[in-house]
Amino acid sequence: MIVNQFLVLGALLFSIGVYGVLVRRNAVLVLLSIELMLAAVNINLVAFGAYVDDAVAAGQVFALFVITVAAAEVGIGLAIVVLIFRNRSSANVDELDLMKW
Amino acid sequence: MTTLLGLLALAEGGEHAVEVVTDPGGFVGVLADFAWLIPVVPLLATFAIVLVGKRLPLKGWELAEGAIGFVAIYAVALLIANWVTPMAVEHHIEISRIGSLPGLGDLVLEWGWVVDGLSIMMFTVVGVVGFFVFTYAKGYMEGDVRFTFFFASFSLFAGGMLVLVIAPNLIQLIVGWELVGVASYLLIGHWWEDHDNNAAAIKAFITNKIADVGLFVGVIILGITVGSFRITDVLDAVARHDSALAAVAFWAGLGLFIGAMGKSAQMPFHVWLPDAMAGPTPVSSLMHAATMVTAGVYLVGRMFPLYQTGGMADDVKTIIILAGGATLLLTGLIALVQDDIKKVLAYSTLSQLGYMTAAMGAGAYTAGLFHLFTHAFFKGLLFLAAGSVIHGVHSNNMSDMGGLRRFMPSTYKTFLIGSVALAGIFPLSGFWSKDEILASLSNDASHGGGAAATLVLVLAILGAFITAFYMTRAVYLTFFGEYRGDGHPHESPRVMTYPLWGLAALAAVAGFVNIPGVYTPFTEWLASRIHVMGDHHAGGLNWALALIGTAVALAGIAAGTRLFRRDAATQAERDRFRIPVLYPLLEHKYYFDDLYLNGIVGPIKGPIARFVVWTNQVVIDGVVNAFGAAARFASGYVYGWVDQRGIDLAINVVAAGAGEAGGVVRKAQTGKVQQYAGALFAGAVLLVVGFLIFS
Repeated sequence: MIVNQFLVLGALLFSIGVYGVLVRRNAVLVLLSIELMLAAVNINLVAFGAYVDDAVAAGQVFALFVITVAAAEVGIGLAIVVLIFRNRSSANVDELDLMKW
Repeated sequence: MTTLLGLLALAEGGEHAVEVVTDPGGFVGVLADFAWLIPVVPLLATFAIVLVGKRLPLKGWELAEGAIGFVAIYAVALLIANWVTPMAVEHHIEISRIGSLPGLGDLVLEWGWVVDGLSIMMFTVVGVVGFFVFTYAKGYMEGDVRFTFFFASFSLFAGGMLVLVIAPNLIQLIVGWELVGVASYLLIGHWWEDHDNNAAAIKAFITNKIADVGLFVGVIILGITVGSFRITDVLDAVARHDSALAAVAFWAGLGLFIGAMGKSAQMPFHVWLPDAMAGPTPVSSLMHAATMVTAGVYLVGRMFPLYQTGGMADDVKTIIILAGGATLLLTGLIALVQDDIKKVLAYSTLSQLGYMTAAMGAGAYTAGLFHLFTHAFFKGLLFLAAGSVIHGVHSNNMSDMGGLRRFMPSTYKTFLIGSVALAGIFPLSGFWSKDEILASLSNDASHGGGAAATLVLVLAILGAFITAFYMTRAVYLTFFGEYRGDGHPHESPRVMTYPLWGLAALAAVAGFVNIPGVYTPFTEWLASRIHVMGDHHAGGLNWALALIGTAVALAGIAAGTRLFRRDAATQAERDRFRIPVLYPLLEHKYYFDDLYLNGIVGPIKGPIARFVVWTNQVVIDGVVNAFGAAARFASGYVYGWVDQRGIDLAINVVAAGAGEAGGVVRKAQTGKVQQYAGALFAGAVLLVVGFLIFS
């Protein structure tokens, strides 16, 4: 079995995710980009899991953990975004500079 | 057997020595070996009272009373032991040694205790009289602001006297001597809120200090000449007629006697004693009976062979007898014109001390100390009774008293017993001791004492008349006639009257321990010393002198009664006109105080004060001001240059640098999440690249 294609796909998806996190202004889209990065990691995990073909399917199981944690994370993240939007009528991350000096 | 031997010796009327035991065994030995407790217990009580006295239920009185009670019991036990077996025990503990002084050998400082007839007699007087006075003082000082401190000082007073009495060497004697001095200062000035009391305390202290110079000189001469400060070593040197000592003995003896004149208030050092009446009455009582004024007579008694032995300081005896004679007559006369009841008694004490000193000067060791012994009881009693009167009428002046025998029966009766004892009426104690002194003086007059002794004998007989006269006057002015004061006099509480009766009993019977030719245990007590005292004492009752003495005393009482029985107060007023020349002289106490103040203190004080002021203003202030100016200049320089321009500059530069750096670095903290994330990813990429390159 050849994993190269999967690794290329994962790398592309991760790069798109990084791009989205760094560039998008909308907090929702930043969260989505994080999901993209996580998805890229999952592809890598599943691909390597199939390639190694171990008895306990550690790669696939770990991917399931990642999906679970990602769901929890996006839940909290969206809740924060909603609250910020309610308070400031904007979800633009450029304007969220409360942690400034 | 001993008594019989004593009688035989007495019959000769000369010197005799008692067989003394220097290391008694058994219980008596233990008693003698632990006699160091006698001064130590009251001194420990002093410290204990100062530390915890105020927290005790009786405010420290119980400690003082317990300590003096211990001394009294111990002393009486020793007295009985000494009565059975005459002893003279000495112990020395070396404290420090200054080696090999040129021409001196080793100078040894020792602490020790001597238990012989003389010291035991003094323990008994201090312990027994002290016990009564301490008991009485509880009632007298009740409610005083410094009740606790009073008893601490009182205990120190008794303890200091006991250190003095128990001392086997002259250094320890000086320590006790000064302890007594400082305690008397504290007690005379006990009510220091009143300036007069302060002045009296200072006067007593300074007068004693001046006389102490004589004591120090005498002690130094003896110590250097003999090479030891032990009294036994000095007396050994006297006994073997040491020629080196004989050369200086006159000056040593004179020095010691000047010290004794200070403490025993002989003319011309007597001025402090009447002023010492400023203290509370129990202090006067203890001071006059047992603890302070007896010290001088005791010192002469302790060093007696020095004065007595031919070739030694026997020339001083003439000075002693004359000082005693002058004091006994002149101060007795002053007592005639005093209004303050305590001052009458104070001058009476001076006069009686004159008797003791005169007896010592006549070479009558036993007679002088016997009068000390009996005088302690009746004078202690008279002061306590006077204190009881003062307590009852709140005044010291007899012009505020009168008629008190109806209000204060116990005080009246005991005062009367004391007065009769002091006047020397048979068979009370004063009769025996005064008669013994008269007999000794007459003996000395016929055995080399010469004109001085004859003169003093006449003075002493005159003094007996005066004594009886002024005591009669005091009794009539105080207890007879109409009450002249304000308020309602009342009898004192029992804690005060019981000690009066105790002392009255002793004052009545104390004379029976030395009936010449019949029963003389007192002579034996005092003779139980290591050295033979060379004492002249009467071999039998001198009937002629006893009759003269009694007759004169009765005449004094009769004259006093005749003058003061009716309208005593106005009579006392009329004294002023009755004795035109003498009265002003007596009223001003022969101008001694004026002489000292204007003649000695004034001329010295002025220049010294001016010199001190000049030194202070010019020398000391100049130095202080110069230092101040220098310090100001130096501190100005330090402030301007070192602090402001040196240290502050460095600190400001560092602070400014830190501020600038902070201003630059803080720009990195943008608060924008995406910039942080970018940095994070860039870092990750850099790490990866680094791994790829370097692995």
